[in-house]
Amino acid sequence: MKIHEYQAKELFRKAQVPVLEGYVARTPEEAAAAYVKLGGPIAVVKAQVHAGGRGKGTVVQVPTQRGVQLVKSAEEAAKVAKNLIGNDLVTIQTGEQGSRVNQVFVEAGCKIARELYAAVVLDRAEKMPLLMVSSEGGVEIETVAHETPEKILREHFDPAHGLQSFQVRKLCKKLGIEGPAAKNADGFFKKLCKIFVDLDCAMAEINPLVITEAGEMVALDAKVTFDDNAMFRHPDLKALRDLAEEEPAEVRASNTGLSYVKLDGNIACLVNGAGLAMATMDIIKYHGGAPANFLDVGGGANTQQVTEAFRIILSDPNVKAILVNIFGGIARCTTIATALIEASKEVGFTVPLVVRLEGTEVEEGKRMLKESGLAVIAADNLTDAAMKVVASVK
Amino acid sequence: MSILVNKETRVICQGITGKAGAFHTKGCKEYGTQMVGGVTPGKKGETVEGLPVFDTVQEAVEQTGANASMIFVPPAFTADAILEAVDAGIKVICAITEGVPVLDMVHVYDVVRKSNSYLIGPNCPGIITPGECKIGIMPGYIHKPGAVGIMSRSGTLTYEAVWQTSQLGLGQSTCVGIGGDPIIGTSQIDLLELYEKDDATEVILMIGEIGGDAEEKAAEYVAKYVTKPVAAFIAGATAPPGKRMGHAGAIISGGKGTAAEKVAALEAAGIVVAPSPADMAKAVAEAMKRRK
Repeated sequence: MKIHEYQAKELFRKAQVPVLEGYVARTPEEAAAAYVKLGGPIAVVKAQVHAGGRGKGTVVQVPTQRGVQLVKSAEEAAKVAKNLIGNDLVTIQTGEQGSRVNQVFVEAGCKIARELYAAVVLDRAEKMPLLMVSSEGGVEIETVAHETPEKILREHFDPAHGLQSFQVRKLCKKLGIEGPAAKNADGFFKKLCKIFVDLDCAMAEINPLVITEAGEMVALDAKVTFDDNAMFRHPDLKALRDLAEEEPAEVRASNTGLSYVKLDGNIACLVNGAGLAMATMDIIKYHGGAPANFLDVGGGANTQQVTEAFRIILSDPNVKAILVNIFGGIARCTTIATALIEASKEVGFTVPLVVRLEGTEVEEGKRMLKESGLAVIAADNLTDAAMKVVASVK
Repeated sequence: MSILVNKETRVICQGITGKAGAFHTKGCKEYGTQMVGGVTPGKKGETVEGLPVFDTVQEAVEQTGANASMIFVPPAFTADAILEAVDAGIKVICAITEGVPVLDMVHVYDVVRKSNSYLIGPNCPGIITPGECKIGIMPGYIHKPGAVGIMSRSGTLTYEAVWQTSQLGLGQSTCVGIGGDPIIGTSQIDLLELYEKDDATEVILMIGEIGGDAEEKAAEYVAKYVTKPVAAFIAGATAPPGKRMGHAGAIISGGKGTAAEKVAALEAAGIVVAPSPADMAKAVAEAMKRRK
């Protein structure tokens, strides 16, 4: 689960990780009021969307407007807010259509002496949380990782004991951080690592992390995502979810216990199991088609779920054909066949439907489909199914 | 021969009184697995499928001589259930449960590594030695005793591979669903080591997916230590970066873990990679031919 910068900073503030004073604004008037409250002489207005790369992002409706801008008056704050709110911000992570900005964060400025990068992630290879710090703050970490990997310093830590002081001393030595800043670094990095563990984060990233002229360490940005599997432990964090930031069809799917990801192609797929669902997308591409989605109906899919799954994939106007690929294990082919027939009555198929069934009760399932009179293009195996569905959209 | 489980394996189910636990205990028993009991705290004295239920794993081990466990408890209690099984000396622990918090697994992994237990999963279909022992949720009938050792991060895609190899008449030695989560108990490398030593396994099929670098590491291991032919398939060539494809582990992050990178690493190690999921068994046959 992703949250906004302003929400992440609120969590930082509670955990005593230093952040600057700032206020959320949902109208230009609120942005102006926030500027006045901060007292000037400068402030920063930042678009609040889940995607990264906002500073270099541009607004579709006002192409001169960037996603993050320094302002020097209440009027200017209001003007920038007006350019952003209700419009779409395109960044390297949003795709061409951009992401709708519903609120901005108006934050105080500070005197920056140095910019760093810091992030806590799970290192899958070491099976341990990992603190990464780099001297290259404010730039894309992927670029640093690719071009100058030696500039990223790494310290693993045990979640039960947290980051140790000697690890911070090592980092400071390598980064050339001395004096009061080194002292502040100890608390800063330890608390950041503690947030990662206490809140079951998938990632806690600060880019840039700044050292002020006074030697304070401050999180100038904050990007936090959570482990969805651990949300049962954090009912309070669930309230931070912003459904407006998510693809409506994906939200609908997750409410029904389906796993759906929208893609750009025109061949929809409905599959049981995540691996087979990915492989089904791959084989469509392999035979020259383009998948419209990833959709896993799970092992124990029932009629209601399959019907909802069809409604979701058909709500995508790009869809020109559907491929159903089921390997019945625990889920029987007869159950899927029944669900298909029921769903067709309810939803009505307007595009070609290719069905490949295999596994438990396959013969009976195929017979049911045949006798239902449903216009199904039957396929005998994966290749046959992929070729037939690709041919149907050409 | 086989790896990890065979007809001598004595299995309990942790969470046996739950719906899924009871259902799959029945399925495993019908397949011929030696199911010997179950554990649900507070339910001692009950029976499920004619099997005795115990309060603790230790008690179940003492009373039944169990050496393997199939875990079906809810995600919030899975870490505890695995740790209990390790503590009781269970040798093969299969955690079927999906949705275990990843930080729970950091601790569990550490404990499992320092023990003599093998943890399969979590978020996996289980393990099967065809004709001898099935621990998990896979449909038993598609399997056939034979020569291919199959390991996979995904469930239904494994069934597809099993089906294809059975159709080609190859059959399987032991199939292991290692799980789709970022941290899992048994890695591809652990299994490569076991398959390499196993007499029944003549060829190995590794089914991977996008995310992480486990396949790249496995490829390095194959190049150095594995003498048996190896085939592979990687799912997720069409997956966009930053999107989780069902499994918590299947996500391309920061440009790392793409299918293309994995395929390149596997091929560099002399592994035959199936270009399409429909060709997994063909890749296995090709790998066997190349080695001769």
